[in-house]
Amino acid sequence: MEYVIEMLDVSKKFGTFYANDRITLQLEKGEIHALLGENGAGKSTLMNVLFGLYQPDGGEIRVRGENVAITDPNIANDLGIGMVHQHFMLVENLTVTENIILGSEPTKLGMINIKDSAKKVAEISKMYGLDVDPYAKVEDISVGMQQRVEILKTLYRGADILIFDEPTASLTPQEIEELMNIMRKLVAEGKSIILITHKLQEIMNVSDKVTVIRKGKGIGTVITKETNPEELATLMVGRQVTFKTEKGPSQPTEEVLKIENLVVNDYRGVAKLKELNLSVRRGEIVGIAGIDGNGQSELIEAITGLTKVKSGKIYINSIDVTNKKPRKITETGLGHIPQDRHKHGVVLDFTVGYNAALQSYYHEPYSKGGIMNYKVVNKEATELIKEFDVRTQGVHELARALSGGNQQKLIIGREILRNPDLLIAALPTRGLDVGAIEFIHKRLIEQRDSGKAVLLITFELDEVMNVSDRIAVIHDGAIVGTVIPQETTEQALGLMMAGHSKRAADKKMVDTGKDGDKHHVE
Amino acid sequence: MINIMSNKMINILVPVISIILGLLVGAVVMLISGYDPVAGYTALWDGIFGDSYVIGETIRQISPYILAGLAVAFAFRTGLFNIGVEGQLIVGWFAAAYVGMAFELPKIIHLPLALIAAAVAGALWGLIPGILKAKLHVHEVIVTIMMNYIALHVVNALIKTISGGGFKLDRVQPTASLRSDFLSNLTDFSTLHYGIFVALAMVVVMWFILEKTKSGFELKSVGFNENASQYAGMSVNKNIVMAMVISGAFAGLGGAMEALGTFGTISSMGGFTGIGFDGIAVALLGANTPLGVIFGATLFGSLKYGANNMPNAAGIPIEIVSIIIALVIFFVASGYIIRIGLVRLRKNKKEAK
Repeated sequence: MEYVIEMLDVSKKFGTFYANDRITLQLEKGEIHALLGENGAGKSTLMNVLFGLYQPDGGEIRVRGENVAITDPNIANDLGIGMVHQHFMLVENLTVTENIILGSEPTKLGMINIKDSAKKVAEISKMYGLDVDPYAKVEDISVGMQQRVEILKTLYRGADILIFDEPTASLTPQEIEELMNIMRKLVAEGKSIILITHKLQEIMNVSDKVTVIRKGKGIGTVITKETNPEELATLMVGRQVTFKTEKGPSQPTEEVLKIENLVVNDYRGVAKLKELNLSVRRGEIVGIAGIDGNGQSELIEAITGLTKVKSGKIYINSIDVTNKKPRKITETGLGHIPQDRHKHGVVLDFTVGYNAALQSYYHEPYSKGGIMNYKVVNKEATELIKEFDVRTQGVHELARALSGGNQQKLIIGREILRNPDLLIAALPTRGLDVGAIEFIHKRLIEQRDSGKAVLLITFELDEVMNVSDRIAVIHDGAIVGTVIPQETTEQALGLMMAGHSKRAADKKMVDTGKDGDKHHVE
Repeated sequence: MINIMSNKMINILVPVISIILGLLVGAVVMLISGYDPVAGYTALWDGIFGDSYVIGETIRQISPYILAGLAVAFAFRTGLFNIGVEGQLIVGWFAAAYVGMAFELPKIIHLPLALIAAAVAGALWGLIPGILKAKLHVHEVIVTIMMNYIALHVVNALIKTISGGGFKLDRVQPTASLRSDFLSNLTDFSTLHYGIFVALAMVVVMWFILEKTKSGFELKSVGFNENASQYAGMSVNKNIVMAMVISGAFAGLGGAMEALGTFGTISSMGGFTGIGFDGIAVALLGANTPLGVIFGATLFGSLKYGANNMPNAAGIPIEIVSIIIALVIFFVASGYIIRIGLVRLRKNKKEAK
């Protein structure tokens, strides 16, 4: 068997903490090898060791059978190892070709030779079916295309071992499918791929083998064909994970959120919400399903008071909160898990304790007479950390140092502990692993069961089908229909999200004879 | 834990190594220009610590630097770049000198009144860029730079008008003076005055505002993340204005040091005092923390005052002296490079093990 990369018993220590503890990963030529693990399990550390960004504290690395010391990324490049980063490293206002040659510009008489480079880029692009325009400006192309530019960059530099770091995190379902095809094409042409991910479906779809790591330790390598998502999830988390969220039937009572004919314009005066109506009652979770950009952000911003409402009314607990200040609305009984946690959810350079107090610092007992009582702040934060299983070194650690999942738990804890009547959860599980997702879903359902109203906004069909009691489908700034998850299918939902009315969607399903197989999970 | 400790070590080592490097390069400059670096640095040392008189003068020089540094650091901590400390300091200087001169009151009222006048003047000078930033999103750097020129020329014009065409105001009344016979006698009749206590008190005030008060929580939060702060119900605009006002008040008090302590008056200025601009470096050297500002101000004040002795005692021309001071500060300010060097060194050492 020919291994292009062998990482044998590799360890990496930060202080006394082992981020990687004798992990072994063997990549065969021409395979897609998935590296699976929870957030913070040590996947990125391992890959940074391979890419020369960290030096291992133990173990050995062999590339094509030879022992190597990869002391910096240039050596990794020379060995034909290329990394497609999760956060693209592209210069937005340069063209595709300019980005690709950046750092090693070929020159002719002192001038950059763009033409030849562009030709070479086009050739590679064609060979792997990437379909990238070498002269397009990066800022003009889609996220999926930008990722292909990253792939092209590694190929252009002669990589034949590609590391993909969470490549699907910011892609649409369509783009994910295309990326999978590109990856298959790459291995068909003799490249080898390491795919870092925590998404089980992707692994099942595209990989040949899976190496699982948990809390810095290698759990083992399995052949994809011989496993299933349940087993992988158990290996990854270390315990049984339920995909289907357990919950009893909802018992909705009085109305908490009521939205009437809501119209919101964007800064150019274009209507983003067009006469939207919505109602959420105590004891139910209403899911907003829709394709990104159909007014979800505006809806959240209008309810939370971050944007001006042009016309229409928003009531929380029968109190008119239309165009009120955020704090006023919050005090009416609103909790909000924002969709962009770094922008709206936490202050990254504040400690965990400060962040826990971000919505309540201004009243007693957290402050009194203008003086903060950090003793109480930190004491309550300590309780929050415990109750919501936020993995942190303590209340004095900066929020920046936490993994995404733990930042999210911190936010959710903060919002839930304020005991709001209405909880808005916007993309609450984005970028999180199955363990954290399960935890968050449970918490949302707990809120519902304790008589709170929950509004869930998500782009994940699985999530909206699993967690909601009612689904309101948003399209082009209006709710086009409300359905009960048990009575619909993902296909019918998909049609409604594309703008069909409920009746038309039902009819289409019958016409095509494609009775949607009842929703099932991965 | 080991990591944290060595990080602390690095935090202490960086400024020390920076100063040494600056002095070394300064020595080279002296050698090239044909002067004796040993004599030069001996003169510098004597100029800072030589006897109780120069120590008194050095401490006197440090006071306005502390306040200017606090002003810049406070704005920085709240996400603002206040380059207008110079102007705020000048109007503070004028306000203190005017109130100190124009009224006759018992000391217990007069001195605090003059100090408050300086703080209010500086605060008002900070208020304008604050409002422009909050309401109209005009960048505070541009506005504060321009406000410096306005301050300089307005104050010069006011001095001329009030003094009836002269170039300086009358001296402040003894009831408004920070001068202290006690401190002066203690330091061999230096001009050391009570201002240093005002400055140190303000260090505590800044620490208290930022670390203990609700406003401090909001100011820092807005400085780090406007969006999250706004969502948490804070008024971003109010906090921007408040940050500039407090920053300006610190700067204004810096001016009061000169008006009520060092000079006892204000004279027409041909150009900027430089203290406000040096405050930027003082704040950066001190990593924008109240305690750090004391360190930065001490370095600046000592070098500035001690260097005066180099032309006299070692015959080194004032131009060369200025270059040497600039070099030391340059190296301290580029501590970033030294920090990277140290981190790399530590890394290599670890790997060698």
